[in-house]
Amino acid sequence: MSYRKKYLKIAVLSVLVSLLAGAVVILILGKNPLSAYYNLLQGCGLAPKAKYAGGKSMFTDLSSYIDYLTPMLFAALSYAVAMRAGLFNIGISGQMLVAGFISSITIGYSTLSAPVAKPLVLLIGIVSGMAVGALIGFFKYRFNINEVVSSIMLNYIAEYVISFFIHVKYVDPVSRQSRNISDAARLTLHQIVIGGYKYDIPIGFALALIAVFVLKFVFDRTVLGYELRAVGLNPTAARYAGIHVGRNLVLSMTISGALAGLAGVTYYLGYFASIQPRVLVSTGYDAIAVGLLGNNDPVGILAASFLIEIIGKGSTYMSSQAGLQSEIASVITGLILLASACNAFFMSRLDRREAAKKELRRRKEESGSRKGEQG
Amino acid sequence: MNTINTIIIDGMSFALPLFIMAIGGIYSERSGITNLALEGLQGMGAFTGALAAYTLARSIGPNSQAPYYVAILCAMLGGAVYSMLHALLCIRFKANQVISGVVVNILAMALTTFLTKTINRNVFGAASDKFDLGVSRRLTIPVLSRIPVLGAFFTKVYPFEFIIVIIAVIAWYFLYRTPFGLRLRACGDNPHAVDAAGGNVAGTRFIAVVVSGALSGLAGICFAYSISAKFSGDIYMGYGYLAIAGYIFGNWNLLPSLGACLIFGMARSAGYQIVQLLGMPSAYSDLVMILPYVLTLFLLIFLSKNTHAPRALGEVYDKSKR
Repeated sequence: MSYRKKYLKIAVLSVLVSLLAGAVVILILGKNPLSAYYNLLQGCGLAPKAKYAGGKSMFTDLSSYIDYLTPMLFAALSYAVAMRAGLFNIGISGQMLVAGFISSITIGYSTLSAPVAKPLVLLIGIVSGMAVGALIGFFKYRFNINEVVSSIMLNYIAEYVISFFIHVKYVDPVSRQSRNISDAARLTLHQIVIGGYKYDIPIGFALALIAVFVLKFVFDRTVLGYELRAVGLNPTAARYAGIHVGRNLVLSMTISGALAGLAGVTYYLGYFASIQPRVLVSTGYDAIAVGLLGNNDPVGILAASFLIEIIGKGSTYMSSQAGLQSEIASVITGLILLASACNAFFMSRLDRREAAKKELRRRKEESGSRKGEQG
Repeated sequence: MNTINTIIIDGMSFALPLFIMAIGGIYSERSGITNLALEGLQGMGAFTGALAAYTLARSIGPNSQAPYYVAILCAMLGGAVYSMLHALLCIRFKANQVISGVVVNILAMALTTFLTKTINRNVFGAASDKFDLGVSRRLTIPVLSRIPVLGAFFTKVYPFEFIIVIIAVIAWYFLYRTPFGLRLRACGDNPHAVDAAGGNVAGTRFIAVVVSGALSGLAGICFAYSISAKFSGDIYMGYGYLAIAGYIFGNWNLLPSLGACLIFGMARSAGYQIVQLLGMPSAYSDLVMILPYVLTLFLLIFLSKNTHAPRALGEVYDKSKR
């Protein structure tokens, strides 16, 4: 079995086991797990609901699901770039918030027209996310500060400082969130009517797909991708091989921050149009699950994010239909994470079993040929 | 004068739980297991403790002190049991210890919020996402509290602060004065030597992680009984990570870590006092909230050159690699 095939086997297995564990919990609560899981699909527009409100169809839900998926795709790619270099970017949520906030107050509240505003939102999102990511990378390189600790600290600082500014200056007195941004700056064409049905069309999704394939190319076919991998696998060996470890650390965090920034603008200025103060979104943490499940491979991540986001997006509909708390979704995601964290162990198990099988076959053949000689 | 007293009283009630959590972290990391799971462990501890206290208080009435001590015991148990997951992942399944820690945190957050809502609905018949506990009662020691300034350390003390001090002394004794502590510290620096001398690396590390779970659970229920007066998702405020920053400054030693935790506690309570004294609107308290985190970053920047982490920290122990 090839490495990829083996990994796929383990990933599918860990998802199935987690879904099974979730099903047991649902059963204990006295609900039907199969219909609950079917509700998840219905909530994402992947299966038809019993009835739809006026102007809505299965494809309305599907477009909303794709819209929801876009930030996650960026966030998971962001996690993967950092992980390539052995860095654990747990500050994705904070970087998203910073990017979303800065683009909101600069472009979102301006009166720029759509063709100018949308590219500017993307650009500012990239730059501000980049800045935060680079700072974490710099701390790691210059002061050897554990990136997990520093990015968590920055998460909290961003959360509270931005909450302060929203409360003081940008708050909407009714919703207690930041004021809605202008439609011109929004990266999702919200509730567009085509052929009598409403759709949410995310512009960012095309960009996210491009990012998947660009990253795939960078990881597999370029010097940068090779150096990042070398640094991630063994920094000491990389240094002896003449690779500038510090530069690669900072660079990977910078790219990671830029992608997190894109996740931020597609979330706060796309799927939503406002920012809730004092809340860090869970996307940044779920991205870790997606990255682990997708084995940090851009194409794997594409597949994994589809799956994880079905659980995330569909949970609202499931909770309204099946009467389950929507938090069961994050529990299942957590279980998938748990199983994926052990994948190195299961990989080595598979390797060992395969080796044992080979050994057995070799012996059989040997004894078989020996018998032939005797006869 | 009064302000200084308040700063000390509030500062101590925040610093001591932080410190006991840092001790847990030190145990785990000195044995060689990176422990970023403190945050989740304290949350899980607070959850089990709060659940026990809430259930007990419903059956025997709110005036008894029993639920409080039962909660502390259950919190330590809950934290210890849940930490076995981290131990299992790191020791048995040889997972990346950083990833395992974060996974344990995320799972704890998801599980506790889900269970809180579900239990409230299905058992207590209420649509609520929290267990109300109320604030713990406070004790003032008669004579000592009248000493000027220093008396504040003995005024309006939460009972859990005494428990923490006692446990901290015991933890110090075990880590630095017993053969077990010596072996534990050796596991973090040179596990192969421990193995060669006949020690049990996996077992020692397992115990160390479980100790960190119990102590974090204790810290979690202390936060629930003081700062938040309830258990809810608010318990995940990043205190676990503050504790980690605390022992990194303390160079993985107990007493210097106490200093760091005291600085965090005092900075936090002083910030709140300043907001109150100047009569600033409540939005400004958001700015004060960042004080411990900013302080952490700066301290890390200035002190990180001198830190010496345990040598085998974060490495999977492989017997065959000798």
